[in-house]
Order: sequence, then structure tokens, then C-alpha cells
Amino acid sequence: MKTFKIGGVHPEENKISAGAAIKSLALPKTVVIPLSQSLGAPSVPVVNKGDKVLTGQLIAQGNSFISSNIHSPVSGTVSKIDDMMDASGYRRKAIIIDAEGDEWVDTIDRSPEIKPEMALSREEIIARIKNAGIVGLGGATFPTHVKLMVPAGKKAECLIINAVECEPYLTSDHRIMLEKGEEVMIGIKILMKALAVDKAYVGIENNKPDAVAHLSKLAEKHKGIEVAALKVKYPQGGEKQLIKALINREVPSGKLPIEVGCVVQNVGTAFAVYEAVQKNKPLIERVVTVTGKAVTNPSNFMVRIGTPVSALLEEAGGMPGNTGKIINGGPMMGKAVNSTEIPVVKGMSGLVLMPGNEARRMTVSNCIRCAKCVSACPMGLAPYLIAQTSEIGKEEMAEDLRVLDCIECGSCSFTCPSGRPLLENIRMAKTKVGQIIRSRAK
Amino acid sequence: MANLLTVSGSPHVHGDQTVRRIMWGVVIALIPAMLVSFWYFGIGALLLTAVAVFTCLVVEFLIQKFLLKEPPSINDGSAVITGILLALNVPSNLPVWMIIVGAVVAIGVAKMTFGGLGKNPFNPALVGRVFMLISFPVDMTSWPTPLVNRTVLVDAITGPTSLGIVKEGLAKGDSMSDIMTQVPSYAEMLLGNMGGSLGEVSAIALILGGLFMLVRRIITWHIPLTYIGTVFLFTGALYLIDPTHYIDPVFHLLAGGLMLGAIFMATDMVTSPMTKSGMVVFGIGCGLLTVLIRVWGAYPEGVSFAILIMNALVPLINKGFKPKKFGEVVKNG
Repeated sequence: MKTFKIGGVHPEENKISAGAAIKSLALPKTVVIPLSQSLGAPSVPVVNKGDKVLTGQLIAQGNSFISSNIHSPVSGTVSKIDDMMDASGYRRKAIIIDAEGDEWVDTIDRSPEIKPEMALSREEIIARIKNAGIVGLGGATFPTHVKLMVPAGKKAECLIINAVECEPYLTSDHRIMLEKGEEVMIGIKILMKALAVDKAYVGIENNKPDAVAHLSKLAEKHKGIEVAALKVKYPQGGEKQLIKALINREVPSGKLPIEVGCVVQNVGTAFAVYEAVQKNKPLIERVVTVTGKAVTNPSNFMVRIGTPVSALLEEAGGMPGNTGKIINGGPMMGKAVNSTEIPVVKGMSGLVLMPGNEARRMTVSNCIRCAKCVSACPMGLAPYLIAQTSEIGKEEMAEDLRVLDCIECGSCSFTCPSGRPLLENIRMAKTKVGQIIRSRAK
Repeated sequence: MANLLTVSGSPHVHGDQTVRRIMWGVVIALIPAMLVSFWYFGIGALLLTAVAVFTCLVVEFLIQKFLLKEPPSINDGSAVITGILLALNVPSNLPVWMIIVGAVVAIGVAKMTFGGLGKNPFNPALVGRVFMLISFPVDMTSWPTPLVNRTVLVDAITGPTSLGIVKEGLAKGDSMSDIMTQVPSYAEMLLGNMGGSLGEVSAIALILGGLFMLVRRIITWHIPLTYIGTVFLFTGALYLIDPTHYIDPVFHLLAGGLMLGAIFMATDMVTSPMTKSGMVVFGIGCGLLTVLIRVWGAYPEGVSFAILIMNALVPLINKGFKPKKFGEVVKNG
């Protein structure tokens, strides 16, 4: 079975919510919509305090090249535009809407029928995706329409669908594949058309045999879509690792996947693309996994953007008393949050609740030069050396060690028997080297 | 909100490897070899092992507590390994005070001087052994014959090791066939029924420990295999050139400290290279040096010196043999 070659680790999978069907969450009374929900520039509000809005109505616009539109997830009144705490732990600008019912914009097709026929042209597809505010739903939140506009001089040869879900605990993509398989397939077809490619590979790790079987069967009806089961290994969901695993091409250091003719999209994004293009529905809701070893009902919720995280936790049976850490995302790359009053955003794939005893870090001891971090690094770096540059305050040395290649997957810290904060130190070196390179360009 | 939430950088989970698990894993891997040494050399072996381990722990504890003023970490198992390896490297009738000196040098000089676990450039047990070998050459090279009397501490009946027999025999000008009648059979050598250090005896027990470490992912195959392979090929080539002057390669594998060195000492993660390619270079270097010393050097055995010399080259090897980077070679396939 295929997988990537260099490095990788095997964290405990803990996919305890895999059997929980996607459940729609009741509408919240108030939604908080942060204006920074994608990579790039924050969106600019197009509504004012006191305005009435409908569900699906544009409320903030992406005006820069890399930015995205935001739509109201409920109908109601804009109560204020203010700084609010978001998942980053900082207070940032957000639109707050008091919900009054759920009245949708009438151009959105809310019928349950699946719509397979593709009438739109390439340009129209990309425009719809852009208008609908679709961003990468795997967590990176890169605006999807930007990825579909292949830069001049480059050519897309194939589409890669990331359905790996290599993070432990998370199951939202898994459930989407099982329950929205047909829509996902059409979404993939749309993305293929937008990129003018006739080949798509769907990479699924083999710990989801039901999803592999289901999509493989559906793919029989869709020419050019190949579903591949991959050997379970973290971080296979890293796009460079996934491309290597599926078609054995290596994206050169510092370059994007398009360099080897690939565009990578998440499977959840493919579903959102289907809804945007076929149903004219903007990205106002997503599937969020709420899970943890002590959680009463580990669940996968279809939830409107802007819903407070506390509402999800309540629906999953409440926050267990021993909770010591709440992770936005998976335990390998997710970010710990400091409050349950933050809103669900486009990039939130799951919430993992960890008991207090697991939330604590190991006591740090000396590096014993076991080289496990070197073997684990999927980018072929020497994590112990890079981390050392920031420990001794000589981050500039990290540039030659190719710190910028680091994908921050955390395999080094995961595997370190001395519990050393390798990734933290590498991140600091990475930031510093980034500054050095930018100042050199001036 | 009732709970205070921990906020820390990712990753939020950790694998099952810890320093303690690794170090105690090595101790477990050493148990078969220790048992064999107790079987063949009796109470003397037991005493030396106990004293060596105890001394290592005490010295490390005292230095950490009173000199470095850091919380002692002797329960991490690394000092226990040094103690056991030190004992496995000496003859069973070595005066007890000598192994205490060796242990003080191993931990006090070779390990703690550099800052403790992970910072020492040389394998502490080997430094201790070589210190003893140079300081007490007679006691360190009078090897009791195994199984003669397990209950006495200092055995009067001593004899040379297999490698010593060969070296002396060749020096006297004896024919190889004469020499071969004096060394133990290969079956005896595999089981460990021959003169030598506590741990130089049974290849089977040492390989068993090595397999355990491989399964537990404490070591990889790279160093032991390239080390042993190089010794085999090098001595094999010599044997093919002149079988009357050079003993056969199987003998070289089973005799002396090669198995102990290749499996337990050269693989010491602190003092070996960080990349697989570096480990291969390291293993080959150890193998070449071992044969050079065994065949042409003044000592009959060269494992300790070979590994120590290669230890010194590790920083250079790390500089020269970097990990294979992703995206360096562009392949379109």
C-alpha cells in the first residue's frame, strides 16, 4: 500500500467519533463572525450595525487577492461590529448578529436533491467559489478560488483530493465521505473542470476502509477519479507528503504543489464547492467533530459558522470535569484554546477535549542524541539541530538547515524521548529566519 | 468557567518513547548476557556487576547533587547501563577496588564532566575500561577459566582469551593448525564457554539482547550489522589471501568483545551519528579499526579502541552525512 517515504510517526488514532452520524445543531441565538477566517487579508464588512440580514447574505467582502467573502449564517440583525475573542486567543474584529428565525436568501437552492449536471464554464465556477467564500476546510483556510487560478507559465496536470484525515481523533472528513459521497464526487468533478484536468486522485488512509469502499464504488461512475487507500502514517495529510504518496512526485523545497502539476484540495472543501456551485450556497456551515476520551457523546455536528463552541460542547454531553485542554483541530497540529466562548470558524475541523493529566507536558531532559527526531521528520530535516539554533540564540544558522521547509507537523516533538519542545524552538527559528529573509529583500 | 485550560503549542500528544523506557530497555537487553556471565564465572561476576552498578549510581548522584546542583536523575537507568557494561568488560577475578576506580572514571570523568547524559562524546563504560586496561594491565588481562569454581572470588586458574591465544601463537611462529587446536570450538564460543571478560563470552546471549533492542526500536540495524559485516569481510579477505597466517572470519566474529561492542557499545545513541548514512560509516569505521588492531596492533583485542576512536569522529560524520532532504531531488514519475 502506498505511503510517503521519508519520516513519519504513528500516533494513537482514537477515532472515537467515527461512528457518529453528522447531526445538525440547533441555531444559536447570537453568532460571532470573525473577519479573519482565511489566510490573507481580513474581510471588509459590507453591513452596518442595525442592518437586517438574511441567511446566506454577504456581510463582508474579500478585497485583496488572497482574502475571502463571508456570509451571514443566520437571519437577524447586526447588533455590533466589535473586537471579540476568537480561537487565536486574541480579540479581533468580528460581526455579531442576533438571530431571528432562519430566513434564507432566495437564490440559494435548499432542496435535498443532488444536482449532478454541470452547466457552468470554468470562469463561472471559479467566480461562484470565490463569491461563496470557500476556503480550504482542512484547517489551512487558504481561499479555494486562488488555488484554482493556476499562475501563468504553470500547468495543472491533476487534482489531488486530501481525504487522509491523518490527525488523531478527527472524523469530520470521514463522515462527509460516508454521508455526502455523491456530492463530494460532483464537487471533485467541478474542481477538475475549473482546473481543466482530467485526472483526480483521492487519497484516503486505510483506517477508513468504509470510506475507501464507498468512494471507490461511486468513482466507477465518474471518469478520471481514482480513489487510493494509503498506509496509515502521520503526516500523510501534509500536501507534499500526500503528493509523494499518491503519484511519487516531490515538490521542490520552497515551492508549491503546482510546480509538479498538482493542486491539492481537502475533501470537505470539495463538498463545499459542490454546494456553492450547484446549489449557490455560500460557506455558512461546516462539519465539526467534538470528541475526547471523557466526552459523553463524541459527535460530528453540522454547525453554522459563528456558533459559540460552548453550544457544541453542551450538545456533546457537556465538558467533562477533568478537561485540562481544548484543542481547536487535531492533537498533532491543532491549537489549544483558552475559552469556550469562541465562535466556530471556517477552519475549525474539530474540538478535542483532553483530560488534565494528558494536557500536561513531559518534564524536559537532556537531548540523548537518539536521532529519533531525524528519523521522524517527513521533510528530512535535523530537528534537534534547528531547535538548538534558537536555544542558543543563533537562529540565523537555521536558514542553512532549511528551517523554512518545516511543515510544523510536530512529529519531532511527538517522538522525542526527552520531551524536548523541539517544534516550539523550530517555530521561533522559522519566524526569525523569515524576518531575516524579508529584511534582505528590502 | 470552572476549569483552567492549559494552553501550549502543538503537538498535544506524545509517543510512548521516554528516556527511562529506552535506558531500562537496554538494561533488560543486557540481562541474558549478565546471566550467562554469572553462570560461567559465578559469584565473582555477580559481585563485580553489583559493585560497578552501585558505584556508578553513587558517583552520578553525588556529582549531580553537590557539583552540578541539579536534581539527580539516576533513576533514568543510564548509569545502571554504564555499570553493567563496565562489569561485562572486565575479567571476573578483577580486584573489586579496581572496578570502583573504573566506575568513578566512567561516570565522573567520561560522563559528568561533559554535563551528564547526552553530552558525553565518548562511551563512558569504554573510557572506564580503557582506563583500567592501561592502569592495571596485568589484572585486566588475566582471564579465569569459566566453570572451574563458581564460588570463589579470585580464581587461581587463569588463561588467555581466544584472541590472545592466536596473537601469541602467531608471534611465536606456531602454525595455524596448531593454534586452532588450542582455541575453543565455535559451538563453545557461541554459548560462551571460553576465557574472557564477563560479557565477551556468549554471542547468543548478546544477539538475543540486540534483537530485543531492535524490536523495541532502541537501536537500528545499521551500526551492529555494518560493524560485524565489515569485520567479517575484512578478516575473510585476509583469510582467503593467506589461511596459514590469518584465522578465519567466523572466529573473529565469535571471539573477544566484538558482539558486545557492536550490539551494546557502538550503538550507544549518545556517542553515535544522527543519520542512517552516518551510522553506516561509523559501523564500517569501527569494523576496519577493530581488525587493524586485532591483526597488526599490539593488543589482541581492538573493539574498545576502535569504538572510542570512531566516537571522536562522530561530530565530523554528522557534518558530512546529513539526512536526505525532501524535495532536494526532483523526481517526476
